[in-house]
Amino acid sequence: MDLTLLIAQLLNGLQLGILLFLLASGLTLIFGIMNFVNLAHGSLYMAGAFLCASFTHLTGSFVFGVLLALPATAVIGIIIEKAVVQYLYDRDHLDHVLATFGLILVLDTAAHMIWGPDGIVVPLPNWLDGRVELFAGVVIPTFRLAIIGVGLVAAAGLYMLVARTRMGMRIRAGASNRDMIGALGVDIKQLFTFVFALGAALAGLAGMMVSPITEASIGMGNSIIILTLVVIVIGGTGSVKGAMIAAIIVGLIDTIGRSYLDDLFKVFMSDQSAETSAPAISAMLNYILMAAILAVRPQGLFPPKGR
Amino acid sequence: MLNSISNMGVRGWVIAMVLAALALLPAFAAYTDNSFYLDVGTRLVILAMAAVSLNLILGNGGMISLGHAGFVGIGSYAVGIPAYHGVQDGLIHFPLAIAAAALFALITGAICLRTKGVNFIMITMAFSQMAFFGFVSIEEYGGDDGLVIEMRSQFGDWIDLENNVTLFYLSFLSLLAVIYLVHRIVNSRFGMVIAGAKGNERRMQSIGFNTYRYQLVGYVIAGTICGYAGALLGNFTSFIAPEMMDWSRSGEMIFMVVLGGSGTLFGPVLGAAAFLLLEEYLSPLLDFFLYEGAGIYWHFSFGIILILVVLFAKGGISGLLDRLEEFRLRRKRGSDE
Repeated sequence: MDLTLLIAQLLNGLQLGILLFLLASGLTLIFGIMNFVNLAHGSLYMAGAFLCASFTHLTGSFVFGVLLALPATAVIGIIIEKAVVQYLYDRDHLDHVLATFGLILVLDTAAHMIWGPDGIVVPLPNWLDGRVELFAGVVIPTFRLAIIGVGLVAAAGLYMLVARTRMGMRIRAGASNRDMIGALGVDIKQLFTFVFALGAALAGLAGMMVSPITEASIGMGNSIIILTLVVIVIGGTGSVKGAMIAAIIVGLIDTIGRSYLDDLFKVFMSDQSAETSAPAISAMLNYILMAAILAVRPQGLFPPKGR
Repeated sequence: MLNSISNMGVRGWVIAMVLAALALLPAFAAYTDNSFYLDVGTRLVILAMAAVSLNLILGNGGMISLGHAGFVGIGSYAVGIPAYHGVQDGLIHFPLAIAAAALFALITGAICLRTKGVNFIMITMAFSQMAFFGFVSIEEYGGDDGLVIEMRSQFGDWIDLENNVTLFYLSFLSLLAVIYLVHRIVNSRFGMVIAGAKGNERRMQSIGFNTYRYQLVGYVIAGTICGYAGALLGNFTSFIAPEMMDWSRSGEMIFMVVLGGSGTLFGPVLGAAAFLLLEEYLSPLLDFFLYEGAGIYWHFSFGIILILVVLFAKGGISGLLDRLEEFRLRRKRGSDE
């Protein structure tokens, strides 16, 4: 086995994990605080990618594109929360699932109306478009390194926000008992809107980061939302720490499984059957992992306390 | 099953009319010489059957499964894969579909039902996606592109599924049988335990019921019925693809149940009918009323309708018809006095 290739694959897995964390942290916060199931979270990821594409082409710079698209995605989040989601907090999960399924249709079709049916390529500036040699022989694209950097900064920022600020204190209080902090005089509606916008911005950021690699396209959120759900279920729904760890695990397993499972299978079966079964198994690997974890711990790895 | 004709109510009349219309549909299609109606009708009946099975666990049992389309896919692949290998016998296809769906439901249900609430929703969804990705990556059976079924299931001389009218009536009678079965289950002691666990699981356990087992059996029954519906669907479309078990299909099935009225016996049938009508006619209606070409964006209006149904139409179509009935009775009483 090639060591440099393995390291490159590990970094790819880490990068996928970081993207999944950006999606999962917002989703798990929204669930933890508002007890709201948001299937349309992936559409915000898509919205981020498209907005970033438009702003990048408008300003001519990817960095400005991201800086403008971030607040724009948050605003879309606020609009959705004010128009639909806030009326659903008192309803049961079935209503959440259906209404956000409707939201997906609305948002995906809206993107189709605005940006057309084809994907949009997002160009990178030269300084991000190259490759760097990390250490002897390991060369990876600069941009992938940048994604990992941005993701870690976002994770640190989220941690600081939740652990060190007054707003974060309210968020944590809301997660453990929302009625109580409402009774203590905190404007709970505003808090909910803020959390939803924060989740939207984080999902949008993930979309922006991925757009130069895959281009912005309709329905791009609907495949990644499933992996995101797997992440938050494995991590323990409502736990940001769990989301972080599970995101990295899922990212690594997904990437490593795709590249090495057939080699592993060839050890104990014929080449041909390894080559046919490995793709099927590696596509299912994360779900098998999830099933295994839930069979042992039905609440996930880090179930939040006090619920 | 139905109350006596005299106190059937608005909902009862609407249901009777829908069923009568379905029973006469082949004659109508033959008279107008338009097989399109028969096609829509067959799809309606099969999807309604799947929705009725989902309603058994969702409406009556409170188990929000977002992976029910997985069973449709498994049932249809149980027709497609043997057919691909040259086995055309329906007496192999259908038992295989039922057994495969039951087995999948048993294994996944045993894991899913250990979890509650939102985790259950996501795990059922993840398992059907697992089946989805599994079939996508098996290139032998067409992978992403799916599989064409050259010949429908063969039952010797006595049933000819190649005849569209026969397939329709087989599906229609199956639907009626499934509704009767679900009616019997819901009103049995077994069904009461499941419904009780929906209301208050801890209380059911404290009076001595092992709710997990009851729910698992319910889950397997629902999955099995849905697998059977999938086998019919595979025969009907003669083309199967992993896309049939995509989670958005599962979302649509939940929509059918809720739109029709979850927890009601015939609600899913009304929901499936309304769903298919929207799917077929929303696009031309938009073209007609807004502007030419607006139809391709019909999903936008569809999504808005879905959100509005959730926000404002409690009880779906069944609830709406019941409110209409109440209104009628109140007016009748008013005029009697």
